[in-house]
Amino acid sequence: MNALELNGIETRIGRYNVLHEVSFTVPEGGVFVLLGRNGAGKTTTLRTIMGFWTPHAGSVRFRDTEISGLHTSVIARKGVAFVPEDMGIFRALTVAENMTLATARGQFDSARLDWIFDLFPALKTFWNTAAGGLSGGQKQMLAVARAIIEPRALILIDEPTKGLAPAIVDAMAEAFQEIARDTTILLVEQNFEFARALGRDMAVIEDGRIVHTGSIEAFAEDTELQTRLLSLSV
Amino acid sequence: MARLGIGGWSVRLIVLGIGVALLFAPFLFPGVRAIEVAARICVFIVLVASYDLLIGYTGIVSFAHTMFFGLGAYGVGIALAQHDASWSALILGGAAGVLAALVLAVLIALLSLRVKAIFFAMVTLAVASVALVLASQLSNLTGGEDGVTYSAPDLFSPATALFHDATGRTARFFGVRMDGKIAAYYFIFGGSLVLYLILLRVTVSPLGTVLKAIRENEARAEALGYRVVAYRTFVFGFTAVMAALAGVLYATWLQYTGPDTTLSFEIMVDILLMVVIGGMGTMWGAVIGAAALVMAQYYLRDLMQAASDALAGLPLLPDLLNPDRWLLWLGIVFILLVYFFPAGIAGTLAGRETRK
Repeated sequence: MNALELNGIETRIGRYNVLHEVSFTVPEGGVFVLLGRNGAGKTTTLRTIMGFWTPHAGSVRFRDTEISGLHTSVIARKGVAFVPEDMGIFRALTVAENMTLATARGQFDSARLDWIFDLFPALKTFWNTAAGGLSGGQKQMLAVARAIIEPRALILIDEPTKGLAPAIVDAMAEAFQEIARDTTILLVEQNFEFARALGRDMAVIEDGRIVHTGSIEAFAEDTELQTRLLSLSV
Repeated sequence: MARLGIGGWSVRLIVLGIGVALLFAPFLFPGVRAIEVAARICVFIVLVASYDLLIGYTGIVSFAHTMFFGLGAYGVGIALAQHDASWSALILGGAAGVLAALVLAVLIALLSLRVKAIFFAMVTLAVASVALVLASQLSNLTGGEDGVTYSAPDLFSPATALFHDATGRTARFFGVRMDGKIAAYYFIFGGSLVLYLILLRVTVSPLGTVLKAIRENEARAEALGYRVVAYRTFVFGFTAVMAALAGVLYATWLQYTGPDTTLSFEIMVDILLMVVIGGMGTMWGAVIGAAALVMAQYYLRDLMQAASDALAGLPLLPDLLNPDRWLLWLGIVFILLVYFFPAGIAGTLAGRETRK
């Protein structure tokens, strides 16, 4: 069983057709990386999976269940967590309140909370601080911690390293490796080194179309392909 | 210990002071007018706090809050006017008013909470206008522009003695007659206190946290699994019930219900001013805002008259302080409050203490 399957997804935003027959499969477990240039359609793909945009055509199957057309809140309750590019934290609420909101019954599993504090010690320090007062890296930690405070089957993470200091990026990479042991992560990323350190499988999206799928190691070795699809070389 | 809303010690001391003043109002401030002011403050604290839960905590702008207040008041007014002044009429009339408010609120919410905030606000404005016109037109039922006058249950009658002294007359405590008016005041005070504490409890509950999250960003709340429309519908219905219950209390106290005392847009503006003066999204601010504006409405003219008399020999000033210009001065005071307390009195004081 795959964690996620997209088949022929077409998403329109206003008059614009942003995604064109997007299809790829995210296997259960590990980190699947979706790469692409700015404006290629990476974020729209995640937002379509999460139900913020309803696809005009195609299907999104989460663990063999069709979820396209479902309300965002329903998709979230099925076990899909979303860490948006802007981190999506509630600035006026404390770290504790942000975390509580992500629990189903308003209570924490203490062992899981300790695990999160081990991953992100800063959250324990600032537990009763308004989230708006945290640094960029701490906000990103909170956003990820919120996504894993309860077991999820799939976490969609949109460019988590954007604007973060290298030390924070390294800490984030370690955390993702730890999280990916029992959770599937669909990671949208422009930092190829970061993606390569974590990912096993990948897809490349360009102008709203999937133009390449395969293993990330094979992609890393093919500099011509990288240059053509992403204008980068490793 | 649960955090009871926002606010440092200064805010809580002010609220405690107002609470103590209201608790002992009949003894501290004797006279019909003072007790009238105290009862109005009690009722408006509930009305403003419920509106704060709606606009300050959830971010829903509604102009129908006085309509729900009016439905509760008219429920009691019509029932007591058309039947004897019994507790059963009061309870059944009040329950009918509250139920009508709940049903109407849920209908409005389900039909229009999915639209953008500005359109929702316009829908509530339109519905509230219709309710005001209906109250004026359906004169057989509502008394039209004149409203309805009625008697409350005997317990609240000034002729009722709550306690007797040795001679068999109505007893006095600290010089205050223990009659039905005192019973009515403590009915209003107790009812308002219970309703306010319920509202306060909601804001510090997990539901309160969800509401604040929805206010900040609906899409983010939905991504965490919260059905925003359901929460917004619930809050709109809940606050409508609270406003209707405040209307029940007010109608019981006034023994009169009319468009001007319950449904008018002046009251809606007063509620908005009280929320802004007190501090939006603070809940303590409802107490401060309601007390400040009601006191100003009742006593600013007296204060200006006294100031005008004291400055009688000077040029211009007595004219400027003429009590007829009280609205001008109220406006100036409001502008100064907004300037010096941009987050309302409770919000600004709490913010200053947090920064220290």
